[in-house]
Amino acid sequence: MNTPTPDIQQNDSLERSWLQRHKWLLLRRLTQLLVFSLFLIGPLAGIWIIKGNLSSSLTLDILPLSDPFIAVQSLFAGQYLSTVIITGAIIVSLFYLLVGGRVYCSWLCPINIATDSASWLRKKLNIKSSSLFPRNTRYWLLTVTFVMALITGTLSWELINPVSLVQRGIINGLLISGLILLVIFLFDLLISRDAWCGHICPVGAFYSLFGRMGVIRISAYQRNKCDNCMDCFLVCPEEQVIHPALHGEKHNASPLILNLNCTNCGRCIDVCDKQVFKFTSRFNHSTISNEYQNQESSQ
Amino acid sequence: MSLVSSQTNAKRRRFLTETARTICGVSLLGLGLGFYTKNASSLATTSLRPPGALTEDDFLAACVRCGLCVRDCPYDILKLADIVDRAATGTPYFEARKIPCEMCEDIPCVKACPTNALDKSLTDIDDARMGLAVLIDQESCLNFQGLRCDVCHRICPLINSAITLEPQHNIRTNKHALFIPVVHSDKCTGCGKCERACVLDEAAIKVLPVALAKGELGRHYRLGWKEKEKAGQSLVTPDAKHEYNLPDGLKYDHAGKGLGKD
Repeated sequence: MNTPTPDIQQNDSLERSWLQRHKWLLLRRLTQLLVFSLFLIGPLAGIWIIKGNLSSSLTLDILPLSDPFIAVQSLFAGQYLSTVIITGAIIVSLFYLLVGGRVYCSWLCPINIATDSASWLRKKLNIKSSSLFPRNTRYWLLTVTFVMALITGTLSWELINPVSLVQRGIINGLLISGLILLVIFLFDLLISRDAWCGHICPVGAFYSLFGRMGVIRISAYQRNKCDNCMDCFLVCPEEQVIHPALHGEKHNASPLILNLNCTNCGRCIDVCDKQVFKFTSRFNHSTISNEYQNQESSQ
Repeated sequence: MSLVSSQTNAKRRRFLTETARTICGVSLLGLGLGFYTKNASSLATTSLRPPGALTEDDFLAACVRCGLCVRDCPYDILKLADIVDRAATGTPYFEARKIPCEMCEDIPCVKACPTNALDKSLTDIDDARMGLAVLIDQESCLNFQGLRCDVCHRICPLINSAITLEPQHNIRTNKHALFIPVVHSDKCTGCGKCERACVLDEAAIKVLPVALAKGELGRHYRLGWKEKEKAGQSLVTPDAKHEYNLPDGLKYDHAGKGLGKD
């Protein structure tokens, strides 16, 4: 993921094309498609680039990648981890420390496609039920998964973990497991808004913990241009993360979205006609107005 | 001021209610998960684990359900359990009656396992103990009827070692022999070939989990003749030669005919 610098348009009313308004969404869908194609091209066409599934895999017979969440559950269940699993989990952890933990959710996890679609369809169909769960349910549930591994001495949560079930269902061709995707879609669509990814999922909660140091962050660097159209809040699956950055000018707060639960999905960048947001690093606190000031002061 | 404090009170009350509700809900889910785990942790007797699998409890804690063993199985015998299958969700298993293990010499499934769930110290496939074959239905087994089916014996990769045919007298005809297939637990790998090959509609010989198929002698129990063999001699002090005080012309054979004439 490179961080593009969107052209600063002098004329804000300039119409952006459909492609420009869906750039990051399309890139994410392509990434999801690419990763799952790489997994499936083996069993379907006999071309083995990646073997295994998201729980643990081997790329080109050399690079081990393992899910750190399952590894930690295994530790709680009282198992010694093998070197392969430790190596794989460390590589994956370092990756998410760099790009932001919940990149797993928005750029990789197949459930994201279902919940994003449910959220989109909700708006189209004007379904207006609110959420049945508080946002922090996921952290309580994350605790439960570890406690249950400890009590039962086994990977208790992995017996029902929808994230594992769905990705395995797709990669290993297990139909009933794959159907969980539909269940979550319908639950998010009809029963509770952004329920799974935004409120319940302990896998996302686990990966969000890597977000504390995630280098790639979204910045509301042109927040002075914001006209409060609310498009970003409407499209964001974790809308609570935007406010501190977008409206932080009066508190002199950083324009960076530093909340752990920002999934770096980039939808806010896509939908904003004023080009307020961009991908940048967590060390770049500058806003456009500062940049002008800096230029002026250096001259 | 009082308005502000009542607002914070209301806020606090809402926070506490919400937190309490979440904790209750999540705990209930945990409880349900616990019951389900207990239930789901027993492997169906028709399902077998790949070679080198740890005992079921340890296996379930160690296996990450990645399916690498399934991918490297050259005969597509192993599969990952779907929710409705007869093994814990996502774990690898095979069913002997459907498709038994081919016992590859290089054991690719064990090599592929990134965890300790399939024990890497298994290097000779003949040491695998995926289960134990048991001739469970003697009433239907053709060999027990005096017929020479012998299929389970013939198909066994460790023929004459894991399954032997033991001749017995056939009391029905009184002139033929029964050739009884006998499984030896110290050799049987549990590959399942015999169960697959059994010609009956429902197999008379079945591969069961070792724990189910195998009895165990009490630890304190000793078999006299084996102890004697080990010691090389009788373990009790031999009887002193008994002197019988008998009238002339009579003798007493202690372990034989008893009292008799010289």
